[in-house]
Amino acid sequence: MSFLLRRPIFSIGLVITLTLVAIALVSLVWTPLPPTKMQIVHRLKPPMAQGLLGTDQFGRDVASMLMVGAWNSLSTSLLAVAIGATLGTGVGVIVAAIRGLTESVVMRICDIIFAVPPILSAMLLGAFIGSGRFTAIIAIAVFMVPVFARLTLGAAQQIWTRDYVTAAIGMGRNRAKITIVHVLPNIANQIIVQVTIQLGLAILTEAGLSFLGLGMPPPAPTWGRMLSDAQTFLGQAPWLALLPGLAIALAVMGLNMLGDGLRDLLDPRDQS
Amino acid sequence: MGSQFLSASTALTRRAVLGLAMAAGLVLAAGMPAEAAPKTSLTLGMAVEPTGLDPTIAAPVAIGQVTWQNIFEGLTTIDRDGKVKPQLAESWTISPDGLTYTFKLRQGVTFHNGEAFDSSVAKFSIDRARGADSVNPQKRYFASIDTVETPDAQTLVLKLKQPAGSLLYWLGWPSSSIVAPKSAADNKTTPIGTGPFKFVSWTKGASVELARNPDYWNKAAAAKLEKATFRFIADAQAQAAALKAGDVDAFPEFGAPELIESLKTDARLATVIGNTELKVVAGMNNAKKPFDDKRVRQALMMAVDRQAVVDGAWSGFGTPIGSHYTPNDRGYVDLTGTYPYDPQKAKALLAEAGYPNGFSFTMKAPQMAYAQRSSQILQAMLAEIGVTMTIETTEFPAKWVADVFKGGNFDMTIVAHAEPMDIDIYARDPYYFAYKNPAFNEILKKVEATSDAAEQEKLYGEAQKILATDVPALYLFVMPKLGVWDKKVVGLWENEPIPSNVLSEVHWTE
Repeated sequence: MSFLLRRPIFSIGLVITLTLVAIALVSLVWTPLPPTKMQIVHRLKPPMAQGLLGTDQFGRDVASMLMVGAWNSLSTSLLAVAIGATLGTGVGVIVAAIRGLTESVVMRICDIIFAVPPILSAMLLGAFIGSGRFTAIIAIAVFMVPVFARLTLGAAQQIWTRDYVTAAIGMGRNRAKITIVHVLPNIANQIIVQVTIQLGLAILTEAGLSFLGLGMPPPAPTWGRMLSDAQTFLGQAPWLALLPGLAIALAVMGLNMLGDGLRDLLDPRDQS
Repeated sequence: MGSQFLSASTALTRRAVLGLAMAAGLVLAAGMPAEAAPKTSLTLGMAVEPTGLDPTIAAPVAIGQVTWQNIFEGLTTIDRDGKVKPQLAESWTISPDGLTYTFKLRQGVTFHNGEAFDSSVAKFSIDRARGADSVNPQKRYFASIDTVETPDAQTLVLKLKQPAGSLLYWLGWPSSSIVAPKSAADNKTTPIGTGPFKFVSWTKGASVELARNPDYWNKAAAAKLEKATFRFIADAQAQAAALKAGDVDAFPEFGAPELIESLKTDARLATVIGNTELKVVAGMNNAKKPFDDKRVRQALMMAVDRQAVVDGAWSGFGTPIGSHYTPNDRGYVDLTGTYPYDPQKAKALLAEAGYPNGFSFTMKAPQMAYAQRSSQILQAMLAEIGVTMTIETTEFPAKWVADVFKGGNFDMTIVAHAEPMDIDIYARDPYYFAYKNPAFNEILKKVEATSDAAEQEKLYGEAQKILATDVPALYLFVMPKLGVWDKKVVGLWENEPIPSNVLSEVHWTE
């Protein structure tokens, strides 16, 4: 307990993230009402008047939609970051092992990908394969690859200068073996921290894509589309915009705090 | 305000203050001409930008909403009550057999480019619209015309192959506008007509500007505005903001019913709810399985609670319909009771048609709010009877026209049909519903064969009933015209018997 109290940022981030994951998981087996169930006679009811968090313009239960939205948002983001992190880390460590011209070429490609915002790549992708969850995942993942590639390249290059690595080279170990045995375990901490932080960014991007109609198609509830649908109802039913907005903000904040906390925690120089 | 400071100031500051006060007065005078005389310019908002400015070569109603009766005029016209009135044709006589129409044309009418209007111009316009390579959106309206004769400059004679009871009404449509031979080819970008306004400029993506035509032939109906600007704003929030800020003086077809309440509270604005011809229908591909089975279509119709669609999609503004006809059309029959909401019966009928476990299909829904919301509600309602709808958003008009309207590549789609009295679209071949019923075609032929209004209305009733029973499309509701404009603007049409923004009578009070 005292361990957690001494690290408030980490603790708050952890609590928010765990709550979010719990809600997302619960939504798979139970929601107050089916999230797609329309009761048009009960449309635009404020929180507590109809259901815990009110109803939307079609009389759907906002609480249920937010719960399922948490799952949709989290699972999409998690998948995207997982793909991005795996590919990016792979590229990073391989380039660190090879160096030379490959490094310059790969890093310039990363620069190019960095220059294209994920919203734009999602729109391009959507034009070719149609919008939907798959498009959103790919668009976000593509954006994540260079982030992880850069991070791992930098970190791995440091490891390659260590004496034990020099010793291993001297003993004739091949570069692939060194990467797996020495490099990857030593940069794992940094990657885990980055995954947490990128997850927050992915949730934000996913919400943005859904807001623009490039995410999961209806009736699947997503936070982004709830926000976009709520726009014209802002005067009559402010909770429709407020609640999903709050959910997105909380999720991103929680994951960022968790990431920051993890970084402090996993930093070997910090002995507090 | 200035004088208070003056009394306690030195000569030097007095001069400065005086100068300031004068400058302020100048600014005030320049900024508020309304104080002196009523404004003479109007900015009118529209949600959809037209694809071109020639209503005789393309279907989108936005074209007519900018140009019809403002730039272009017809032999006849349709007034704010939906009645046919003479325009470039002063008068006409119809032979007893209904096969010869003799028009006496107006004299002294010139186009904006100086060309004179006479019978050869009228013949040119009609021949251009009905010719073999014509792309007129309502080309079939001219199909009954056999020959166009011009005995003299002021007389036009139309000889028909068979009687066409609605011909005079059709000649009033935007697609029947009279165009000048020299300028017709360029009307898409620089429209030239005979109307009370001249085209000035078109800033693509933003606005179209018109100016008063000082040489308009009808002095009694000359434009009262000096300048009219059409601004195109697709987003409903932005529409409301523009109205509140006074950037737009009028939005005759405001896009978001849920925002009407908040606009009503603005003392400067008037909200006017009128009738339209906008029939929101979910058309099905009648040539495609399972929609080729009448029972399936009927079952889907029974799964739909129309009033709930109106409430959920359009905040309760709208009237449920049971056929492709609106309560303000002549000969309307309320057929919402033919297949009323009954999910149990719908399920049973679906099972009888061989789909006890329902089926899946794709809805191609355009981006407009009414279409998106209605499809989501339909999706939920059809899910109740085991039918799974996947919503695919398509872009209206360009992609929708290519994909659905012309390509016929769809299961179900949803659009508001804007043309008045367009029940005959179900007799057209090809048309995107791919609906074929000889009995229905026969009735519409009879409508044209008679000029007796009562008989026509009876026949229209029969046609409505066939559609209500056959359900080639899910008939949902008629949209109201949500007009919002500055209270000082008068003369705009309250109702919309034909999609339009007629500006000749519009002016500012005070």
